[in-house]
Amino acid sequence: MNAPAQVSLTRRLFLATGGAVVVSFAVAPSGAVAQEGAMPAAPGTPPLPGSLKTSPMLDSWIAMDGQGRVTVFTGKAELGQGISTALIQCAAEELDVNVDAITLVTADTERTPNEGYTAGSHSMQDSGTAILNAAAQVRGILIELAATRLNLPANQLHAKSSAVLADDGRSVSYKDLVTGQDFHRPAGPTSPLKDPRTFTVIGKSMPRVDIPGKVTGAPMYVQDMRPDGMLHARVVRPPNYGAKLTQLDTGAIEKMPGVVKVVRDGSFLAVAAQGEFQAIQALHALSADAQWDQTGTLPDPATIYDYVRALPSNDTTILNQGAPGQQGVRALRATYHRPYQSHGSIGPSCAVALYDGGKMTVWTHTQGVYPLRDTLADMLHVPKEQVHCIQVEGSGCYGHNAADDVAADAALIARAIPGRPIRVQWMREDEHGWEPFAPLMISQAAASLDDSGKIVSWQYDVWSNTHNMRPAGPAGNLLAARYLAQPFPEPAPQPIPQPEGGGDRNGIPLYRVPNARVVSHFIPAMPLRVSAMRGLGAYHNVFSIESFIDELADAAKADPVEFRLRHLDDPRARDVIMKVRDEFGWETNAKLPRGRGRGFAFARYKNLAAYCAIALELDVERETGNVTLGRVVTAVDSGQAVNPDGIRNQIEGAIVQSASWSLYEEVTFDRNGITSRDWSSYPILRFPAMPASVDVHIIDRPGERFLGTGEAGQGPMAAAIANAVFSATGARIRDLPLSARRIKTAIGV
Amino acid sequence: MIVLNINGNPEQIEADPHTPLLYVLRDDLKLNAAKFGCGLGQCGACTVLVDHEPVFSCLLPISVLEGRYIRTVEGLGTADKPGPVQRAFIDEQAAQCGYCIAGMVMRAQGLLEHNAAPTEAQIRDYMAPNLCRCGTQMRILRAVRRAAKAMTASLDPIHEASK
Amino acid sequence: MIGRLLAAVVAVIAIGFGAFYAWAWNSEIPPANPSAASFDPGIVAKGAQLAAIGDCAVCHTQTGGKPYAGGFPLTTPFGTIYGPNITPDAQTGIGAWSEAAFRRAMRSGVDRAGNHLYPAFPYDHFTKATDSDLSAIYAFLMTRDPVQQANRPLALSPPLNWRLFAAGWKLLFLTRGVFQPDPKQSPEWNRGAYLVTGLGHCGACHTPRNAFGAENDDHFGGGMGEGWLAPALNANSPAPVPWNADQIYAYLRHGFADQHGFAAGPMQPVVQSLRNVPDGALRAIATYVSTLPGPQDPAEVERRTKAALDFARSRDITVAAKPSAEPATTGSAATRQASSGAAIFAGACASCHHSGGTLPVSRPISLGLSTPVNEPDPTNLIRIVLGGIHPLPGDRGPIMPGFAGALTDQQIASLASYVRSQFSGQSAWPDVAATVSKLRQTPSPPMEAP
Ligand code: FES
Ligand code: FES
Repeated sequence: MNAPAQVSLTRRLFLATGGAVVVSFAVAPSGAVAQEGAMPAAPGTPPLPGSLKTSPMLDSWIAMDGQGRVTVFTGKAELGQGISTALIQCAAEELDVNVDAITLVTADTERTPNEGYTAGSHSMQDSGTAILNAAAQVRGILIELAATRLNLPANQLHAKSSAVLADDGRSVSYKDLVTGQDFHRPAGPTSPLKDPRTFTVIGKSMPRVDIPGKVTGAPMYVQDMRPDGMLHARVVRPPNYGAKLTQLDTGAIEKMPGVVKVVRDGSFLAVAAQGEFQAIQALHALSADAQWDQTGTLPDPATIYDYVRALPSNDTTILNQGAPGQQGVRALRATYHRPYQSHGSIGPSCAVALYDGGKMTVWTHTQGVYPLRDTLADMLHVPKEQVHCIQVEGSGCYGHNAADDVAADAALIARAIPGRPIRVQWMREDEHGWEPFAPLMISQAAASLDDSGKIVSWQYDVWSNTHNMRPAGPAGNLLAARYLAQPFPEPAPQPIPQPEGGGDRNGIPLYRVPNARVVSHFIPAMPLRVSAMRGLGAYHNVFSIESFIDELADAAKADPVEFRLRHLDDPRARDVIMKVRDEFGWETNAKLPRGRGRGFAFARYKNLAAYCAIALELDVERETGNVTLGRVVTAVDSGQAVNPDGIRNQIEGAIVQSASWSLYEEVTFDRNGITSRDWSSYPILRFPAMPASVDVHIIDRPGERFLGTGEAGQGPMAAAIANAVFSATGARIRDLPLSARRIKTAIGV
Repeated sequence: MIVLNINGNPEQIEADPHTPLLYVLRDDLKLNAAKFGCGLGQCGACTVLVDHEPVFSCLLPISVLEGRYIRTVEGLGTADKPGPVQRAFIDEQAAQCGYCIAGMVMRAQGLLEHNAAPTEAQIRDYMAPNLCRCGTQMRILRAVRRAAKAMTASLDPIHEASK
Repeated sequence: MIGRLLAAVVAVIAIGFGAFYAWAWNSEIPPANPSAASFDPGIVAKGAQLAAIGDCAVCHTQTGGKPYAGGFPLTTPFGTIYGPNITPDAQTGIGAWSEAAFRRAMRSGVDRAGNHLYPAFPYDHFTKATDSDLSAIYAFLMTRDPVQQANRPLALSPPLNWRLFAAGWKLLFLTRGVFQPDPKQSPEWNRGAYLVTGLGHCGACHTPRNAFGAENDDHFGGGMGEGWLAPALNANSPAPVPWNADQIYAYLRHGFADQHGFAAGPMQPVVQSLRNVPDGALRAIATYVSTLPGPQDPAEVERRTKAALDFARSRDITVAAKPSAEPATTGSAATRQASSGAAIFAGACASCHHSGGTLPVSRPISLGLSTPVNEPDPTNLIRIVLGGIHPLPGDRGPIMPGFAGALTDQQIASLASYVRSQFSGQSAWPDVAATVSKLRQTPSPPMEAP
């Protein structure tokens, strides 16, 4: 990756070389700090679609040069979810240009709009919608320009592959039209959007633009950057959260081969060297040498759920309808647990930072370049303008992993070694031990059925920490900042409000429950470091609710699929369920071989985004409790499908990842610290344990809003597994993960 | 100084003999495919081929590699002219973040050089050392099956192509 | 070997063929098929634990196969024997076996039809089990899921496949009779002794065998199992730190003892099988095994322990310390230096086997404490280097990659020799390279794992 080029390729230079006449950069309204996903509308701006709300100028999104090249800007990041390809499709469709004519520029605080975080499956809703509309409006402008040029009424013109064609056969190319023009104008309230039935690019599976590079070893990742003069650095993390560095003799280490500098600021300790392996060896020597005062212990893991449950909580009733106390003929109650779980990126987090002439440039795989810039500025005590964050792909993160922390590490080290680009990558043990985990969760469900087997009352309580400790300004959200000589305090955690919700995401059932009460118990105190992981609270809440629905169906002697349909009005919800029922060949009380079970589950992510239903088959080995996953069939409704194969890829991934979380995964710790520190102490699913097959059926809804899909599969997969284990063994397991030991204990001899 | 045969080219390496191959590939030879995932032999992100055997380059000092035939993804093909296994991964769109993929491609290549027509179980067992967190495994399995077909179909078997 | 076998034949003849035949002849026991429901769940649960201690699943389950359905290849000096199907399937399993037939098999090594069974089936140990324990195991097996899976024929070289030889073997080496407690010892010790010498059949691997494949009198003096050394558990134990009951318990319970390391090779499945065994039984086993070296002076044990721990620590290396302190080498010196075990260790092993700083929890112990490094024979160390260590899917446990594909025999040999000299402080192993190439030819199950 050619870093210097990246630095110098500023917006203005790009324009100068590109020849288009786009005079200035449309700055996003300041203070647009994103909650997990939620984009606050900037005061005063009209309610424009998607992120046009916060970045209304057309040239923040689209630039066109005299050669007919189109550059599309997004504030979102490519995280491996394939967003680049889908956004290019949106622009190509509405601009009527060929996809190869488009260059996409992703999140960069000096080039792209501020779209907050790439999270909560919002990218298509925010950025996709904005680009779709901006592109349509730019096409409109080009057609008007052509109308004047050819002096014909606009309605006798139409756009086609980078040109405007007149009915009389004349045509003028975009590149002629843009010369001397300027898209630096606010987007209009309405866009001349195409009729979805006429789409030729959107809705077609398009090979992802990034895959050829990824399978041939192109420098795609921040890990692959090696600008001239770059040094490799490693950070020595303390033995546990509370530890303080008391003593250190760096003399011998500074003499080690390749070592350039040992950087220390309070309890933040790092070493920079010429070679990466030299840095790693120096790291080991340093950590052998460092003396720590180990204060602060963790709660007893044996009783962690009671411990967390007993912590003070702020309670909010997020649903209250009818008479929740209502009694039916049959009442059920159940409690579900989800342990701390790890993002477990395959590539430990990495960043490259350069401190030069008072300016800090950071190449990072953060999910939010703007919020990270603001937070780094706070940590470095410099104005925002002196920090430039450029998003470069990293290993998949699935939420808030150490991406932002390592950017802070790199910045601190770079500040101590001005003029040299500093590449920092975390060690595996630190990625597992220090990343913010997905919070432990507890939920309690109670419901009663009437004699017709309908749910008459519903009570659901969920206890959780925050699911969002992402950097948003105050430096205390960055790990290193808490260990400096002048440490920054960790900011108070905030809940993510409904309707999206955090710990209570998907806490409200989509099912028809006349009398219902749902209470969200937000626990501010965080015994372990936590933040956002794919699906947030939805993973546990859908696991709980969809398990409980099966328990109710069982009590009502009803088929679980029919029981769900019995309580659902939303036709799109019913459609995905019926699609899966039919494609899977779900039969009521199917006769299955001994040890085999079937499970079904459904959810609409956040009750706002994509719909997803899953049916699966699995075998439980009676002697060991081992689960063998059979075929998995799923249907998803993401509204207008932009890149169907991209959606399939995402859902397959969610299913496999959730299977791993749900069967194996649990962060372990003792009183002194985290004990799951690598893949041997935090095992995840390997090839031999993969499902026999995963079939994804997409219900396309041309013309409907884009619905985020990336996180839709997580919750349903967990519940489908638990329900299938019940059908295979008669044992209802309400604690995640459904490990072989837990299953064996439940089924007994 | 040690001379290594990387993708058929003799490379003169100045690094200490005990330096693991991974860091020499990335730092000295500027080859990006092999990745640091754990440095502990647990994930396979660093997988390369040595004499047709997939190995973890993070745990293999260059001192043991003189005179041996080392291959990385860069040696299998390019984005314009991908090798058969790379081609299959592209055709199956078998990547999400892609961080694990170079290692997957090399292990798959190793499998097919040993066994041109592996069974599903053989593929899954052979690929077991390599981890993918994005959940791309179902596509990777499809890609390996596709590559196996392509290989048995073509007159020019993969290991010929890759020599 | 054949000469000795003939001797056995002679021995058999000496007894008088007729008499011997009469003695050796066993009648078929009529089929029975008790229903699973007819067994008391309490007895079945007890049987489950005893079967776990007896490790039945290991030899009666094929890798990736259905539990107890048989097919596991057990390689003996006389050929390969495949553990039979012991699920209650009437045709291919033991579904037609009455409890009497089962007891006869466990006590006398005779199947229901009356055929003599080969001593790879350790009835020389099982014969010590009490009636009630045997009924419990019977109840457990008869309540498993029946699996229809035909048994694989044995691959023995003639005349061994003549089953009467098994009868001859018994005549010479089988001492029938239930375990007799030692009144001078505690009940816990006796319980341990009963489990270890009986159902646990630990001696089957940990006691050396004679030319006829029978355990000799050097009880727990160290033997072989599935191509791995089963270290001596008596006074000849090669462990640098003397084993005590707590360490043995930890090793059996968690597969890890901080003064001895992780279970590997054929001990891995044993530990997995012991998972469902309650602490009490494991404590009893540990108590008994800890006394195998005979009476010891506590002060002396403490001295040896401290000495071993100090020595191991003194030999530990911090990754950075050693190798990179050496100057980068050049020319032909490089080649020598390059292939040296130290450089291989620094690049291939030290990333995990180092003493620097904060480390993953499943981090290995000081190699100075490791038994394979201190064994008189490099077999186990080489097996581990070749095949690595791999936990069951989904299990927490050490992952060590195998280096069979990465390192040549010579390289593994120089690595092993370096490890021996660096960490054990004991005399060098002879012709290590030869052992490496020999073991490469005869992979043992754990090597098949990724
Ligand atoms: S990086 Fe080599 S195995 Fe993980
Ligand atoms: S594609 Fe992301 S880890 Fe495999």
